[in-house]
Amino acid sequence: MSSGRCAACRYLRRRCTQDCFLSPYFPSNNPQRFASVHRIYGASNVTKLLQRLPTHLRSEAADSLYFEAQCRLEDPVYGCVGLIFLLQQQIHSAESQLIKTQAEIAVMKSQTQHPQTQPFRAISGSNNLLLQQSDNDANLIFSNQVSSGFI
Amino acid sequence: MRSHEPRSTSSCAACKLLKRRCSPTCIFAPYFRSDEPKKFTKVHKVFGASNVSKILIEVPEEQREDTVNSLVYEAEARLRDPVYGCIGAIALLQRKMIELQHDLALARARLARYAANYSTGVAGTELDRLTMTGLGEFLVACGGFMDSFNQSSSYQVNQDAHMYDLTQIPYVYHDQL
Repeated sequence: MSSGRCAACRYLRRRCTQDCFLSPYFPSNNPQRFASVHRIYGASNVTKLLQRLPTHLRSEAADSLYFEAQCRLEDPVYGCVGLIFLLQQQIHSAESQLIKTQAEIAVMKSQTQHPQTQPFRAISGSNNLLLQQSDNDANLIFSNQVSSGFI
Repeated sequence: MRSHEPRSTSSCAACKLLKRRCSPTCIFAPYFRSDEPKKFTKVHKVFGASNVSKILIEVPEEQREDTVNSLVYEAEARLRDPVYGCIGAIALLQRKMIELQHDLALARARLARYAANYSTGVAGTELDRLTMTGLGEFLVACGGFMDSFNQSSSYQVNQDAHMYDLTQIPYVYHDQL
């Protein structure tokens, strides 16, 4: 009888017992889930990984394994690491924009408070924004604290 | 007298672990040198040698080094955090991104307020070129900022994965490699 088999046992073409270890995490209504995980990790490795965990954390672990497997199938070279790269780039860009905007606020604030002073001249570098007041040597330097490297 | 055949060149880390002869065409050898045994051990523990081999065979040779590096990274993340693996790092970055988006929207709204106040005061200074250009764009951007930032991301990380709760302490177990 093939009815009642979990996705793992159906994929592996074996009998699914009542105490099948994988059945709670790979239900029969989502065959793609186990297929993806099996292609990247293998049934044996998945079982070993999940067995090492407390029962209440296994479902989350299976979810994350599935997500990583999907990323790797879509991008065999970088997998989910490509997503980490992308997020880091976006964060870097957002940080730069935030620093620039904060510098502009400082300029506006200064102009609002001291409308008689000379305007600031903005010199934008690769990693910092230098604001130099044209008639004196007062400089406001904002450096870009970029987070780098993997977490 | 029996002639001694010269020994073969040293096995790569993969073949040493798998206890097999390392052939000249071994797919692992260029990327898992014998002086870095732990690198292959981690990858083998998480993915298995057979699966790593299949992944490497499917990618062009010039991209295999990057592939190995990303597999090693994923394996290390999974061994460090067996529940979430890389997903923990992704969730952390997503959270940081959301905070930045929020801070940037606030800063731009603040700038717009200053610019609006300034425009009703002193008129026509050189500062206008610096801050008044695109003021209308700023005001529109503040409202559509969150949408535009979300649209620029091509990844939909929450398709099937949940936003993992980073307040949960990762379950760490000490494994002996």
